[in-house]
Amino acid sequence: MSNSYFLGVFDNESDIVAATRITRESGYDIHDVYTPYAVHDLPEAMGLKSSRLTWVCLMFALLGFSIAIFSQFWIAGVDWAVNVGGRPFNSLPAYLPVMFECIVLFGGLGVLFTLFVRTKLYPGKKELTIHPEVTNDRFVLAVELRDSAFDTAAITMLWEQYHVLEIRQLSEA
Amino acid sequence: MASTAPEKEDPTAPAPVLGPGQTYTTVTQKISSIITSRTPLGWIIGVALALGLMQCFALGVTWLLIKGVGVWGLNVPVGWGWAIINFVWWIGIGHAGTLISAILLLMRQNWRNSINRFAEAMTIFAVICAMQFPLLHTGRPWIAAYWLLPYPNSMGVWPQFRSPLIWDVFAVSTYFTVSLIFWYIGLIPDFATLRDKAKQKVSRVIYGILSMGWRGSAKHWHNYEMTSLLLAGISTPLVLSVHSIVSFDFSVGLVPGWHATIFPPYFVAGAVFAGFAMVLTLALPLRAVYGLHDFITDRHLNNMSKVMLATGLIVAYGYGMEQFYAWYSASTYEGYMMQNRTWGPYSFEYWMLILCNVAVPQLLWIKWVRLNPIMLFIVSMFINVGMWLERFIIVVTSLHRDYMPSSWDMYRSTPWDWLLYIGTIGIFLLGMLLFIRVMPVINIVEIRLLVPRKGHDKKPDHDASADASAD
Repeated sequence: MSNSYFLGVFDNESDIVAATRITRESGYDIHDVYTPYAVHDLPEAMGLKSSRLTWVCLMFALLGFSIAIFSQFWIAGVDWAVNVGGRPFNSLPAYLPVMFECIVLFGGLGVLFTLFVRTKLYPGKKELTIHPEVTNDRFVLAVELRDSAFDTAAITMLWEQYHVLEIRQLSEA
Repeated sequence: MASTAPEKEDPTAPAPVLGPGQTYTTVTQKISSIITSRTPLGWIIGVALALGLMQCFALGVTWLLIKGVGVWGLNVPVGWGWAIINFVWWIGIGHAGTLISAILLLMRQNWRNSINRFAEAMTIFAVICAMQFPLLHTGRPWIAAYWLLPYPNSMGVWPQFRSPLIWDVFAVSTYFTVSLIFWYIGLIPDFATLRDKAKQKVSRVIYGILSMGWRGSAKHWHNYEMTSLLLAGISTPLVLSVHSIVSFDFSVGLVPGWHATIFPPYFVAGAVFAGFAMVLTLALPLRAVYGLHDFITDRHLNNMSKVMLATGLIVAYGYGMEQFYAWYSASTYEGYMMQNRTWGPYSFEYWMLILCNVAVPQLLWIKWVRLNPIMLFIVSMFINVGMWLERFIIVVTSLHRDYMPSSWDMYRSTPWDWLLYIGTIGIFLLGMLLFIRVMPVINIVEIRLLVPRKGHDKKPDHDASADASAD
């Protein structure tokens, strides 16, 4: 099965945001938008839900906290309790620094791992080149081309209001 | 255009963070040309120098492992010497990188965009250098696993979690890991740019692998931005915790001169102070050699100098408070320690420290000094030396005159101390030089955010007026 996309190439941020918004509102299925940097108004224009990575980070941080608190109490208080100058075996204040570091370490690694899983990025991944200049100075809007009834003339007219530079069709094997 | 003219005429407006006339394409070209151009002779000389210095490291380590830590200048009252001094010095240098990449990101300081990548790389290599010392001071690093990591030794005894030294292991390893993640995440879109610009197949393949198939998809950017923000959010308390924990190595101990509550903030400020000095020490020659004046502008020099001045004043306050508490505590030992530090056998080092860290940085009040690269370089070198001396003074003068005068002794470093220290400078330089040659030294994607927008009358994302108040 092959996916086909209808692409509009723009050269600035405000045009791509406006074009994306009007295209979605006109009922087309937006496949994705490709930009050389993170355009802050795009997620809203594309109708993307807000990222839930914050919660993922919190969950991993709590995991790090639990592991740190459990292992310190278990190591220093249960498995091999060492008497240091008669101090209590379970000295919570002394365990805080390691707990804090584990919260940060697990949160950081967890959010990195989740980002790669969620965006399906991995070393050596090959992805269809939408436009060679998209990592330089071009902004590309890709619309799903599902059937032959797709009205290319109408969408071209729509995009021309927003100074589209180039229009092309792309098929993914 | 009438709408842009008044801005230029406003004399109170801050200097731009990006040179005039830059577009997305010129930014990409200029920064990637550092990598794609022919290897400059200066770079080769620099690498040769760095490799030469690394030979010192090899020599120092070999002799250390054959003979043990007795080859260093340590003696009975001064059981901690150059290893801890160098460790703290290097860790401190790393802190500017995280401050620039995380704290200034959260504060929306857009001038950070052109120095963050470089400063983050500095953090990574400085922490690598720092980690050599705790590892090597054990004398037998191959069996150090159960002294440093939570792994029980052959008798089932675990590390001591009440000890600041084990806190340090967690702090430094977390700091290194999170800094590396942050740095790599930032590099992914830039690797994609380099992949698409690469003319040779080899570089296309290598940058292709490193860029993980990045295509600038808005769905990816959406999660990517959130990741950056979260990493910045967790790195900010992390960077404060790391040098606080390093200061606990001293302040948790009951030694006069170490046991002070001022240590954590004083160490964190000192770290940022030293780190910015090192950023300038490296960025000023880099800017001159590669002609990066459009990216590292006068505004950057000015702002970095102001951060150095502010943190330098905090450090000076720390020195003042140490003197004050020695008197105010009315403790005989504290009082004697401070008198010995100021007027004793190491008074030359103490007053050199005051010269380097307190007197010379006052030149940064003068705008001409802040904007003059040569003057700024000289001031930074003073601070680099001064911050090393600070750790020397804290470690040695607090220890060398013990409670019992019969055990007093002087501390003198040996050539083996010098070889290891100089050797880590070689590791650092080699790392930085390789980084400059193969990776974009300035964050291309974030510089695009500073390029004036085309088409509509829209200013860059974080416009100049928004952050003028912070300058």
